[in-house]
Amino acid sequence: MVALRTKRTNNEADEPSSPVLRFGADKPLKLDAGTLLSPFQIAYKTYGTLNDARSNAILVCHALTGDQHVASTNPVTGKPGWWEVLIGPGKIIDTSRFFVICSNVIGGCLGSTGPASTNPATGKPYGLDLPIITIRDMVRAQLMLVDHFGIEKLFSVLGGSMGGMQVLQWASSYPERVFSALPIATGARHSSQNIAFHEVGRQAVMADPDWHGGKYFEQGKRPEKGLAVARMAAHITYLSEAALHRKFGRNLQDREALTFGFDADFQIESYLRHQGMTFVDRFDANSYLYMTRAMDYFDLAADHGGRLADAFAGTRTRFCLVSFTSDWLFPTEESRSVVHALNAAGASVSFVEIETDRGHDAFLLDEPELFAAINGFIASAARARGLSA
Amino acid sequence: MRQASAHDPEKLQTFRTGIMRQASAHDPEKLQTFRTGIMRQTNGTIMSVNHAQRVDLEVVADLIPAQSRVLDVGSGDGLLLELLQATKQVDGRGMELSQRGVNECVARGLSVIQGDADKDLKFYPDKGFDFVVLSQTLQATRNPKLVLDELLRIGTHAIVSFPNFGHWRVRLSLFVEGRMPVTKDLPYSWYDTPNIHFCTIRDFVNLCEELGATVEKATALDANGQKIGLSMPWWFWNFFGQQAVFLLKR
Repeated sequence: MVALRTKRTNNEADEPSSPVLRFGADKPLKLDAGTLLSPFQIAYKTYGTLNDARSNAILVCHALTGDQHVASTNPVTGKPGWWEVLIGPGKIIDTSRFFVICSNVIGGCLGSTGPASTNPATGKPYGLDLPIITIRDMVRAQLMLVDHFGIEKLFSVLGGSMGGMQVLQWASSYPERVFSALPIATGARHSSQNIAFHEVGRQAVMADPDWHGGKYFEQGKRPEKGLAVARMAAHITYLSEAALHRKFGRNLQDREALTFGFDADFQIESYLRHQGMTFVDRFDANSYLYMTRAMDYFDLAADHGGRLADAFAGTRTRFCLVSFTSDWLFPTEESRSVVHALNAAGASVSFVEIETDRGHDAFLLDEPELFAAINGFIASAARARGLSA
Repeated sequence: MRQASAHDPEKLQTFRTGIMRQASAHDPEKLQTFRTGIMRQTNGTIMSVNHAQRVDLEVVADLIPAQSRVLDVGSGDGLLLELLQATKQVDGRGMELSQRGVNECVARGLSVIQGDADKDLKFYPDKGFDFVVLSQTLQATRNPKLVLDELLRIGTHAIVSFPNFGHWRVRLSLFVEGRMPVTKDLPYSWYDTPNIHFCTIRDFVNLCEELGATVEKATALDANGQKIGLSMPWWFWNFFGQQAVFLLKR
């Protein structure tokens, strides 16, 4: 069973069930680590039709454990796309009107080159031989995909969390390619506390004897226990104390009384164990290390002499930032500091803070106020871009 | 245009007669929509620290030429920005304290952020806007002098409207009843009012002088929202003007 699962995910890494764009030796990906990645590939999904003027393209950037299957059934889990509440025909991001692109990030494990992909030099999975990937590397690769479609200027780039980091990077690196930007529940840098949480997750993976220094595929194993613990810890940070208490309280799991043991007595324990177990079925442990590292390294101000406003100097992009009151991973203050920098840069910016107790994950959920903000922002940007309704 | 001085009534009179008339090239239909909007806004609860009729917005809008870059500080539910975008094609941005107001604005496609006039104006660059508008908000700020100073720094022009505490009803309440005024337009009791820094028209002109601001235009509106005649003497404005709109620069 384990072997079967290993094989399947591994296949999705090299031969994904979504379209793939392959770049040969003539088109390497320049990495911040100082090396070139070549050959490499980008797995992506598109929805809707690119118009003749190529002006209706929206790039969606996925979060830490997301993938390109944003608005259609995920081939690994069989579940709906991760942002189907927002994106699809007739939805807020209407795919009968917009051409939506979502690609698996470099370093990911669902078809874009990542640690689970086969290293052509060895014929074995990269493992830790893959150079460290940064948010900027991911965006550079996405640019090559956008170029492939012949899209001069994206109508919009949007994403939450790590996806939001990519949005900010896009707006900073390629302002002339981004008409509007929607970074949600994110920040211009990863805070010390967030790095700390990620480090706990990575240590959990690496402490698992099945990790084998990252070469677990060669051993026919996977560090499932370590990755599950990492996911459990991370999952707590995506929720809020209030939401956890509302949902689980101190309720017991299928029992009348405490067992005076270490079984999952409480519903919250059972819930977290379930989250951890289902996660390892769909995600590669090394990829988790690379993704978390990419977020840790992200610091847009540091790339501009410590002044965040300089990251957006002269920008003509229209911005809309969204934060959630109970998000303690990317608290409102993180968004606000981006807003202040954009103000200082004279940018057109909207900023909405949404009251909810659903924590960081609220951006993935059915949040009417979030949808209203996105709808208003996209509609007014579309008018400004001359896109008919 | 000469700078007004509260200490020299004659100068004041000269400056006020020099006030330019509004070249009111209004689209009557849009104006009607705007007025309906004002009614809607008056009935709503989000905006405006005063529930006074927002006739001042019409006067403010008249002061702003087409295609200007405008920052509306205390933009409420975005009525002024919407009007300016529709009639003047301005590049409009807003800052509003109430999160609910902001969210409604953004949902309607306006470029608005949540922010506090007392704290967040410092993030804007010098002369980043042609006009910075502060409508019916000055009296609710913690540090009106600093806020006004910031407006003059950020905008080539600043437009400020405020309720006149020198209005005869206010004076009457204090004089006859000996109590802090609670009127239809200033409905709060002294202990729960957000309006912590009231001033009279004369006080405001004084502050402008202190900050080295030039008054380019000024308008006083009576209780019915009608402009008070320019030929009226200064004390008349300060007595019968229920609110005032100033166009400033520095």
